[in-house]
Amino acid sequence: MSWARAVVRATCPESAGAVRLVLEVDGWSGHVAGQHVDLRLTAEDGYTAWRSYSIASAPQQPLVSLVVQGVDGGEVSPYLISDVQEGDVLELRGPIGGHFVWRAALGGPVQLIAGGSGVVPFLSMLEHHRLAGSDAEVRLLYALRNPQDVLGTGVLGQVGPRVQVTYAYSRSAPPGWQGPTGRLDAGVLAEHVCGPAAAPQTFVCGPTGFVEAVAGALVQLGHVPTSIKTERYGDAA
Amino acid sequence: MTSIDTPDRRLDGNALAGPLLELFTIDLSAAMATCVHCDGTAPLGEQQLYADAPALVLRCRDCTGVLLRYSADSHSTGIATVRADLSGLRLLVAHVPAAGASR
Repeated sequence: MSWARAVVRATCPESAGAVRLVLEVDGWSGHVAGQHVDLRLTAEDGYTAWRSYSIASAPQQPLVSLVVQGVDGGEVSPYLISDVQEGDVLELRGPIGGHFVWRAALGGPVQLIAGGSGVVPFLSMLEHHRLAGSDAEVRLLYALRNPQDVLGTGVLGQVGPRVQVTYAYSRSAPPGWQGPTGRLDAGVLAEHVCGPAAAPQTFVCGPTGFVEAVAGALVQLGHVPTSIKTERYGDAA
Repeated sequence: MTSIDTPDRRLDGNALAGPLLELFTIDLSAAMATCVHCDGTAPLGEQQLYADAPALVLRCRDCTGVLLRYSADSHSTGIATVRADLSGLRLLVAHVPAAGASR
């Protein structure tokens, strides 16, 4: 697969530290919710760097949206967040991924567990679920540090009755918050995710340490390891 | 996923699927990979990827033995040289459209 030309059609803030890039990609073949793309940047001296970004938009939507979370000392994200403007052209390879994907035809129940910007592929899955009119039961447990870090408020605010979204705050919670706080340990997971008896398809995405801790705790709780799909985006420095 | 962008990135095989498309014609993230060191088997996407070694290094999630090393150097001529060391893979099983079948 070669690199394609992607024209930036819009760029807008998604949270205090993240932007949404809306791209029109030459020859785009469509994607499956959960897939990602690689973006490549080339410096004037020919140095190149590529990073993977999950697709935030649903397959039913004509343009491809990515959400880029800023990373201190990063090579690629500062440029994408601060410098890219509408009309700019990026190099993109994708869609990629045949493992960490969900289609409405796969049905439910589906358990999604996100750490921070690991929620992005789940925004695609939830929007796909809504636009497909799926009646699959879906639960999202979304762990984030602070309320202002939330991504995807548009999608998360209009999920259907078969979708349940639970937030868990590790650093600061909204005033009067009664829901989960702190890390997602086995106790929090036992209370807030589909139990093993329901045989959910489980997807976990976030920082590497988060994903491995959550997946390990799920296995302890009796979930079948092969029912858990994971995607790691690295550990914060 | 916004893949972490700093110099110490331990990712997973999902992030290797794009580069492997320089060499293979199908997406290998769901392909089952069996480790030559411990016989552990898991989807390629679930294995551990060290993205900032001189090559991309995929390690077994069970025993951390090296499954695969991969690098691509592009040259100003427009030709890229790809190096793939697959010696840590005992077996790779993928489901692909049968020859002649419509997709």
